[in-house]
Amino acid sequence: MKLTRCIFGSLWLCVLIVPASAQSLRIGSKAFTESYVLGEIAKRTLADAGFASEHKQGMGKTGIVWAALHSGQITCYPEYTGTISEELLKSHGEITTGEMQRELEPFGIGMTGELGFNDTYALVMPKELADRLRISKISDLKKHPGLRVALTHEFLERKDGWKPLASRYGLNMDHVAGVEHTLGYDALLAGKADVKDAYSTDAMLAGGSFSVLQDDLGYFPTYKAVFLYRLDAPIKAIVALRTLEGEIDETRMIRMNSEAEKTKDFTEAASLFFNPAFRKSAGGGAHAPQGFDWTLFLHKLAGWTLRHLELVGISLVLAILVGVPLGIVASRPGSLSHVILGVTGMIQTIPSLALLALLVSVPLLGIQVQTAIVALFLYSLLPIVRNTATGLQEIPSSLRESAAALGLERSAQLRKVYMPMASRTILAGIKTSAIINVGTATLAALIGQGGLGEPIVSGLAINDNRTILQGAIPAAILALLVQFGFGLLDMLLIPKGLRLPAHTE
Amino acid sequence: MIELRGVSKRFGSDYALHPIDLVMNGGRTTALIGPSGCGKSTVLRLIVGLLEPTSGTIVVEKQTVTPADLIGIRRKLGYVIQDGGLFPHLTSRQNILLMPKHLRTAESDSQRRLNELCELTNFPADGLDRYPVELSGGQRQRVSLMRALILDPDVLLLDEPLGALDPLVRSGLQTELKEIFQRLKKTVVFVTHDMAEAGYLADTIVLLQSGKIVQHGCLEDLRERPANSFVTEFMSAQRSLVQL
Repeated sequence: MKLTRCIFGSLWLCVLIVPASAQSLRIGSKAFTESYVLGEIAKRTLADAGFASEHKQGMGKTGIVWAALHSGQITCYPEYTGTISEELLKSHGEITTGEMQRELEPFGIGMTGELGFNDTYALVMPKELADRLRISKISDLKKHPGLRVALTHEFLERKDGWKPLASRYGLNMDHVAGVEHTLGYDALLAGKADVKDAYSTDAMLAGGSFSVLQDDLGYFPTYKAVFLYRLDAPIKAIVALRTLEGEIDETRMIRMNSEAEKTKDFTEAASLFFNPAFRKSAGGGAHAPQGFDWTLFLHKLAGWTLRHLELVGISLVLAILVGVPLGIVASRPGSLSHVILGVTGMIQTIPSLALLALLVSVPLLGIQVQTAIVALFLYSLLPIVRNTATGLQEIPSSLRESAAALGLERSAQLRKVYMPMASRTILAGIKTSAIINVGTATLAALIGQGGLGEPIVSGLAINDNRTILQGAIPAAILALLVQFGFGLLDMLLIPKGLRLPAHTE
Repeated sequence: MIELRGVSKRFGSDYALHPIDLVMNGGRTTALIGPSGCGKSTVLRLIVGLLEPTSGTIVVEKQTVTPADLIGIRRKLGYVIQDGGLFPHLTSRQNILLMPKHLRTAESDSQRRLNELCELTNFPADGLDRYPVELSGGQRQRVSLMRALILDPDVLLLDEPLGALDPLVRSGLQTELKEIFQRLKKTVVFVTHDMAEAGYLADTIVLLQSGKIVQHGCLEDLRERPANSFVTEFMSAQRSLVQL
């Protein structure tokens, strides 16, 4: 009963989520602090202009957020001119703001003027190490090929990222590894890496523990912040966004970024921008650290957990509905059995992150809750299919023949004899799937679909272990509860005769 | 009555059963006997349709066994195997009443039938709600027999029904089975490798060797007029056991 209500509830939710472009305004952001803060600023600005809007925080990397804008799932999001020309428009060489606006128009996308600051890429090193080796420019790195370089995955892959930079400067470094952005800073501080990529407005740079290497060959393009918006957005909303042009300089942005990392509250950091005192001078004293707000946390936790259960519940029910019949077919000897077990087994070998990324690029899926559910569903299939097949194959042939000899039809043999006898093994498969599923569902947050992965992803983005644990611990507890719950379900669903110890004569 | 006309069974190039003709009369008890691998169980499995004959026709109570009619024919047959073949997830009662429930027989009818069978097989009523693992081997065979008889079939087939029991229980059950067969007056065919059991329970004995019928007759025929030296050998090997 509850399960069906859960399914219907979420189907209804899906219907609500899909046609997003028309009425309510949705603001997107990428998964890093500055993008979150800019998103919050846009939200407040639109609210002041009279628009109810929602901020979908940290939807993912450029490609994901761009796809969401293009398909109308969001109305606007903060972007950088360098990314627009290199990644989105794939133009060669520098182009002007006006040219960008003209080239974006055919996509149905508009671009505001520059907001003020330039958040370009930079290479940074621990200050102490840079001073000791006398490195101040990127070209100085040529003399130290042994330095360990830890780069974000995005920078490693970008067209304007590491490879062309290395060839331009003639760098031939021995160790280049991909590390998540904030973890990279930890690696630098812990002495486990020596050089990493950074944004010139990174809050981490405010402290003075890092040296920014001079881009002496002028390699990095400019990354002026702008807002991209849909041309079909209400005119008043566009006008409101454009009031932000030229209003945010580097100092202000670094100040808000470090405020966001300190308080872990993007709304709070963004509200600085609307504070008249802040607009006069970006200096000002830091806020006193706030106490932990339990009521707010429990409220958020309930939301994440419900969403998590929804993702797990729907995908698991679908996996059972599909997996058990497939397992029944696969239990019979023949080539079809090999095909079914082979294909479901192969899906399992795809890393869950890769599977999710793969599905995002499927035309009908994209950035939405269905994509996460499909990924979890595919991931849950194998244990269910395999255990159903094994459970049925393990039934002794003497009992199969007894069932047949009684004069039961094939379907009745399956229903009344085989399935109950295989129930223990099938349930064990479903349990395995459910537990894997609870863990894997945290990845849904990477495509902005919430759940307990949300605090994990934003915790990684703002470099805060406490936030990460807010998602990681409940997810672990949830997995244990699922395990326990299935223990109870065993008592309920496995026939008593199969649970009794054997008779000793 | 069961009739086999030129029935054979071949697995690949090996004959489990060479073409045989065999008539098992209605209301009589027939024993199929022979050494391991002689084809005696194959005959039973062919009758109940668990195997399809390579050649020949099988007629059960005037109905030819074909894949299309199999379900109907099986419901007119009772089939008991060595370890009972009881379903472990069902109690004795659920095992016995599985088919009546499936066929939506009136509850009062099947309950009356169940009481009769408990009395016939000398099965204690409190054992009905036990699961197979909670029963002794002898009790399991009684439940299996009740399950086979619940639809009141015309024919009862038993494949080494007492094969897995210890000698004392076995001997007690042999006595009971003889009485049961006499009361039922059904066509009974059972497989055994014990000549004493065959002679004690059956009206007619069919001795098989390597997929062929060596001799078909009553115990007296086999003992006094053996068809060949194998029969003599088989009888003497068995008789020495009886005399012990």
